[in-house]
Amino acid sequence: MSTKPVTGPPTEASLSRRGFFMKLGILLNGFAAVVLAVPVAGFIFSSITRGRGNGYLSWVSLGNVSNFPEGETRMATFRNPLVMPTDGKTTGTACWVRRIAGDQFQVFAINCAHLGCPVRWFAQSGLFMCPCHGGAYYRDGSRASGPPERGLFEYPYKVENGVLTINAGQLPTPGDPVAGLTSEKPSCA
Amino acid sequence: MRLINLGMITKIGEWFDHRLQLAAPIREAAEHPVPRNTASWFYVFGSAALTVFILQLVTGILLALIYVPSAGEAWSSLQALNHQIALGWFIRAMHGWGSNFMVAIVLIHMVQVFLFGAHKYPRELTWIIGVFLLLMTLGMAFSGQVLRFDQDAYWGLGIGASIASRVPVLGPFVVKLMLGGPIIAGATLSRFFALHVFVIPGLLIGFVGLHVLMVLKLGINEWPMPGRIVKRATYDAEYHALTKKDGAPFVPYAIWKDMFFAAFIILAVAACAFYFGPFGPTGQPDPTIIQTAPKPDYFFLWLYALLSLLPPSLETPFLLIVPPLAILGLILLPFLSGEGEKSWKRRPIAVITVLLIAITLGTFTRMAQFTPWSPHMNAWSGDPVPERYIHGTSALERQGALVFQVKQCRNCHSLGDAGGQRGPALDSVAVRLTQDQLIRQVIQGGGNMPAYGNNLSPAETTALVAFLETLHPTTQRPARDAARELVLGDGQLQTSRTQP
Repeated sequence: MSTKPVTGPPTEASLSRRGFFMKLGILLNGFAAVVLAVPVAGFIFSSITRGRGNGYLSWVSLGNVSNFPEGETRMATFRNPLVMPTDGKTTGTACWVRRIAGDQFQVFAINCAHLGCPVRWFAQSGLFMCPCHGGAYYRDGSRASGPPERGLFEYPYKVENGVLTINAGQLPTPGDPVAGLTSEKPSCA
Repeated sequence: MRLINLGMITKIGEWFDHRLQLAAPIREAAEHPVPRNTASWFYVFGSAALTVFILQLVTGILLALIYVPSAGEAWSSLQALNHQIALGWFIRAMHGWGSNFMVAIVLIHMVQVFLFGAHKYPRELTWIIGVFLLLMTLGMAFSGQVLRFDQDAYWGLGIGASIASRVPVLGPFVVKLMLGGPIIAGATLSRFFALHVFVIPGLLIGFVGLHVLMVLKLGINEWPMPGRIVKRATYDAEYHALTKKDGAPFVPYAIWKDMFFAAFIILAVAACAFYFGPFGPTGQPDPTIIQTAPKPDYFFLWLYALLSLLPPSLETPFLLIVPPLAILGLILLPFLSGEGEKSWKRRPIAVITVLLIAITLGTFTRMAQFTPWSPHMNAWSGDPVPERYIHGTSALERQGALVFQVKQCRNCHSLGDAGGQRGPALDSVAVRLTQDQLIRQVIQGGGNMPAYGNNLSPAETTALVAFLETLHPTTQRPARDAARELVLGDGQLQTSRTQP
């Protein structure tokens, strides 16, 4: 390996040549970064994009209609439609089922419309009460008192062949109620 | 023999230093002159925070030897740490108490720095990095609570999601990004594990390094003297002159106090861990078990209190506006008051601000320990009406006492100091409200009370109000509507029964 003898300080031309290569190097790395950023961002934001459309929601069964006596409100549990092997017990979800009469139901999310704590039903006083900040709701889910700004979140439901099913799969929050009290009633109700 | 060994060690040391060339800069950093009056017990909190941070790193790594970051197994691995693995409980307790100490020490350090004017020129950037260190410390505290994957962690995540969802437009996306999906599940725990163990600690190590480097480069803040004004033009020369005239090498002149305090803090964490034990885990993170009243860890209790005391309509604006403003204020602080007096003796507004914030946070924290705003979910079945309140009452009034109990009024109203505190205590309600007012309040609700009109029969309402009218001290007559007697005539109303 013989090296070129150094003849003096680098000329203007050689500097601009090195400079050009450095700029090309930066450009190449920028390109590599963009190529890499696409899958990385896609991976990070996949939890959002998967939810597009009705990706997370599906109809799940709460059991036979006969499990819910008319005029009463009872707790029911269901398994989240989208499950990962590491989810453990967190795939189970509770909800409150109020059977008004016949096939007329209201299915409330367990989560308080204030900050998501689990509300409990008190049949004697006909109230849902939240243990966290004292939100209270009437039997039809409307707000009774306390910090919540709205009524309980309600799942759309349908009754098919005597089985009660609800459209669920996402944690309802004040900013994203999934299916709010104001939403249209399902056609079969 | 000993001499030979020493010689050997020196030689090995020299061999390494010839290659590393670190001895000189380390010696220079250790022996850099600091103003003599900074060798004070007030100046030990920064190094104490670093000490606890290192303690957290070590105990955290130890916990990771056993802990399983899986929603299905995290809870059982914590149980194994508590009960199966030798001294697992102690390491968990050290890590838990270490986190409490770290938040506390970082806050004390911040207050001391602020009151001593150390955020002023030229240490603005040191302060700003400190603000980020505080935020990361709080981030570690919250994510750590999530890793203790129990009922509190599960519902705490629900609270976090409910708050995050209120961000306009982006809220729903933020929630899914935070939870790693549509519900709180395996992916949620895994991403909080990544945050708590890789992302935030990595950032913390980098920022702590910068923070300490700047303290070394810019020098420790001199003890503030009233009247000694900081000016950008002259400060550097003045500080240099001070360290020359009245300086002493940091090692060993000042460092011994840091070392004493560091040892004291580690022993204090260990003592708390030993006597009080580890935190939780509470019940299993099973969302179908709803008999729970989740509560955040100590350092977020003030927020828990605030969220129940704010008027509902103010809550979302408060949550979305105040925290960013507070952080912005802390970052801008050294630019708004980068010069001038350093001494707290000449900065009354600074002192009052610190006191106000401390008292506010302290009061909210204290209140959150009692949660007077939460209904006592079991009071209606667990706290009977005290016997003395039904002694000598009529059949109707006793029926009313029964209605009072069965309709869960006790969950929010106390009698004889037992029951909820959500609503007012009713021991002397008859003094405050007349019969008509009681009927109206029960049927229509109002204030913060639900309306019971749809849920009480007329007979039940009559009985309940008859009982409520007996609730007044013996020395005070119940409230009555004077006009009513005029309208209905004398002798119509004899409801004033006295109570022992």
